[in-house]
Amino acid sequence: MLSGKTAIVTGGSRGIGRAICLELAAKGANVVVNYAGSEAKAQGVVEEIEKLGVKAVKFQSDVANEDQVKEMVKATIDTFGSVDILVNNAGITRDNLLMRMKESEFDQVINTNLKGVFVCTKAVTRQMMKQRSGRIINVASIVGVSGNPGQANYVAAKAGVIGLTKTTAKELATRNILVNAVAPGFISTDMTDELTDEQKEGMLSLIPLAKLGQPEDVAKVVRFLASDDANYITGQTIHIDGGMVM
Amino acid sequence: MADVFDRVKEIIVDKLDVEEAKVTMEASFKDDLEADSLDVVELVMELEDEFDMEIADEEAEKINTVGDAVNYINNLQG
Repeated sequence: MLSGKTAIVTGGSRGIGRAICLELAAKGANVVVNYAGSEAKAQGVVEEIEKLGVKAVKFQSDVANEDQVKEMVKATIDTFGSVDILVNNAGITRDNLLMRMKESEFDQVINTNLKGVFVCTKAVTRQMMKQRSGRIINVASIVGVSGNPGQANYVAAKAGVIGLTKTTAKELATRNILVNAVAPGFISTDMTDELTDEQKEGMLSLIPLAKLGQPEDVAKVVRFLASDDANYITGQTIHIDGGMVM
Repeated sequence: MADVFDRVKEIIVDKLDVEEAKVTMEASFKDDLEADSLDVVELVMELEDEFDMEIADEEAEKINTVGDAVNYINNLQG
């Protein structure tokens, strides 16, 4: 399905990013596992991918640092010869009520979660334009559509990602570069494990399917958007949230 | 001089799919060669590769005609 393709997945060492790396690899793509800090976990993902019979390398870079990202893209092209799929997944949280949120907390989240998408997208565009093909899939969040108390920074960034997705889709459509977003709801990862039981129960009451999603639920939609089955879809945001936001 | 012009012309003919005769030093990419802004960005990328150089974004924005591109490259190489 994706054999011979090369994917870069940012924040690929853990959680949803890890599941996306494994799903793309299982369908035949070679994968660059980008990570910020979790080197051992990134190495673990690389080893799991190699067991699937495709190639993988890990690459450390801060997604908001243009020089580091350019190096990663160059290394990808040197190693695999193309960049066919970019999954902008890297993200952090610094939750706080608006009244208590520090400027630094706001800046850090915008920097990684929004500017990082811009920087990585810009860095692969040259190659994808030359190839006359490419897929960019941005991992937004359902809270970027609905809002969420305590996450002013995160929600602003994710809503920004949805807008960036639409604009990038319009700018690059004539070059056969398709750009879409997924908006996961509550997915069982390290990020949601930090929530209290009370918070979790509150969440579940809002979800028609009455359960948390799994990272694989997101990864499969990303794989679909990266595949030829999604040839006529661009600029969209697909909700993967058990029906929470309709 | 002619050499740079010919190489630039070849790229333009190839990328924009226009007749060679239309590609003169005075020709404007957008007005005469029917390029949109993304085409111009792409041409600049091709020129960077062909002439092994980097054109800064501020400079690239000033390139409106074929002559602008040729002169820019000549100045850089001179």
